[in-house]
Amino acid sequence: MKEIKLMKGNEAIAEAAIRCGADGYFGYPITPQSEVMETLMALKPWETTGMVVLQAESEIASINMVYGGAGCGKKVLTSSSSPGVSLMQEGLTYLAGAELPCVVVNVVRGGPGLGTIQPAQSDYFQAVKGGGHGDYKLIVLAPASVQEMADFVDLAFDLAFKYRNPAFILTDGVIGQMMEKVELAPFKPRWTNEEIEKNHPWATMGKKQRKERNVITSVELDPYKHEDLNKKLQAKYRLIQETEVRLEMIACEDADYLLVAYGASARICEKAVEVARSKGIKVGLLRPITLFPFPTLEIKRLAAQVKGILSVEMSAGQMVEDVRLAANGVVRVEHFGRLGGIIHSPSEVVEALENFFLKA
Amino acid sequence: MIDTVNPIIAPENLIYAKSEVLLDNIMHYCPGCSHGVVNKLIAEVIEDMGIQQTTIGIAPVGCAVFAYNYLDIDWQEASHGRAPAVATGVKRLLPDTFVFSYQGDGDLAAIGTAETIHACNRGENIVMVFVNNGIYGMTGGQMAPTTLPGMQSSTCPFGREASRDGHPLKITELLAQLPGTSYVTRQAVHTAASVRKTKKALRLAFENQKLNKGTSVIEVVATCSSGWKMTPVQANKWMEENMFAYYPLGDMKNE
Repeated sequence: MKEIKLMKGNEAIAEAAIRCGADGYFGYPITPQSEVMETLMALKPWETTGMVVLQAESEIASINMVYGGAGCGKKVLTSSSSPGVSLMQEGLTYLAGAELPCVVVNVVRGGPGLGTIQPAQSDYFQAVKGGGHGDYKLIVLAPASVQEMADFVDLAFDLAFKYRNPAFILTDGVIGQMMEKVELAPFKPRWTNEEIEKNHPWATMGKKQRKERNVITSVELDPYKHEDLNKKLQAKYRLIQETEVRLEMIACEDADYLLVAYGASARICEKAVEVARSKGIKVGLLRPITLFPFPTLEIKRLAAQVKGILSVEMSAGQMVEDVRLAANGVVRVEHFGRLGGIIHSPSEVVEALENFFLKA
Repeated sequence: MIDTVNPIIAPENLIYAKSEVLLDNIMHYCPGCSHGVVNKLIAEVIEDMGIQQTTIGIAPVGCAVFAYNYLDIDWQEASHGRAPAVATGVKRLLPDTFVFSYQGDGDLAAIGTAETIHACNRGENIVMVFVNNGIYGMTGGQMAPTTLPGMQSSTCPFGREASRDGHPLKITELLAQLPGTSYVTRQAVHTAASVRKTKKALRLAFENQKLNKGTSVIEVVATCSSGWKMTPVQANKWMEENMFAYYPLGDMKNE
């Protein structure tokens, strides 16, 4: 029987983490995502699945607790919002450098600085381009509904372990706070230590009967060896780019104009497509579900079909750079978005589209 | 030479053997440095307790960054100062293992102060080994949080001045105040007697972990001949006369 619940996006993250067999959550309160840890603490999974939930002294500590747990081959996650995720950047580059799988959720709020607690999409660059020091990538998923908030926790863990790479859920205060109905996945059992040892032989669980000790590290002082390590990472990112692109296309077949938007902006743009089409403008929507890997090839293909592309994000224009790279000059690409916690309306999006492309 | 030595290498003549937990890799520590002795003692304690298969070490950033090359156990290399948080993650998820962090003064008492205090305050069931030589050795002799007043370093070339540089931080005394710690002690490894005492302290710390008694903190006041710009013999003498005056040896807490 289907289990359907009305819940907030943040609550869905918590519920899904328990159900997908996560071993640990480490976090620090910050608006607008505190419901993730609050829900976990209220559900007391340590009494049912054995999942550890711990409030850390800072986001720096949370991400390093995640590092410790991930190094043991455990399914561990943390969540935060923009200022807190800035503090995690050091940990994230170490996790990427040591090739550790984990899940990190950013329920984005407006910046820069302390900014606002209202929703924004202004952390795209930080999530998609690395964020910390060094050449690395996170696998970035962008849910656009509470259902996807729930589903993507499990998916993020799958991808993280498949590629031994941190997976990032880039969402925003709209999706985190809004309530929708969610079909919950059945409970998966947590991995046993024996299963982890067998499937993830790199994990540090004590040397046991292994001949060689396991060392989780990202340091290599020999530059030639370190260049090789970097090349190996880049090869992995290329494989992810070739294999894991996920996207949704709405009304693109006959589109003269294309909107590109993710997360809450994509939900708004769905409505904008309807509004535009009711006015006789043939508009389609491409929604990247993965922001890294970015759906470059699909945008390139559509660039040859349409007369203009509008990238819509609650930022000053970040994803638009990747859309422009994908379109590669074949068609004009513009950006529209409200800033600082303001959410654009569907009619504002259509108006922007008209102003850019339909007025002489 | 070999011909005269070999005949006396016989089991009945053996009074000391290198711990099986110590790997054959050549240590990168400078001559006269205390780290090698502390590494060796941890290896011996792990061997004596028979916990090589179930111990996970957390290495720091600093002189002990490559500690994982010397002990034949599983290791995680943490970012600078975060070893107690990493150790927390490991121990919470693998409560049946033995977990220790190995940190220097910059790592534990400067950049990682928050992680150190909060791991101890939660009473994480881990061992924290704190090697305090009052200087940043790895980066070339800069001022540490534990650099003594008047002591010279490359970033206080005319000596540490409390009015400008702050006071040396007695973090171990501070950690002893926290209800989460069960055993807090300050030791040294500059004489045969002090080496034996430090080994005993390490053993007690790991035994405490077996009994889930909370955090054990073993500070080792150490020399850094390179950073102090002294010979190893001079460094030992200087440590006894100056470091021990500010950082007196002995147990601060044993519950």
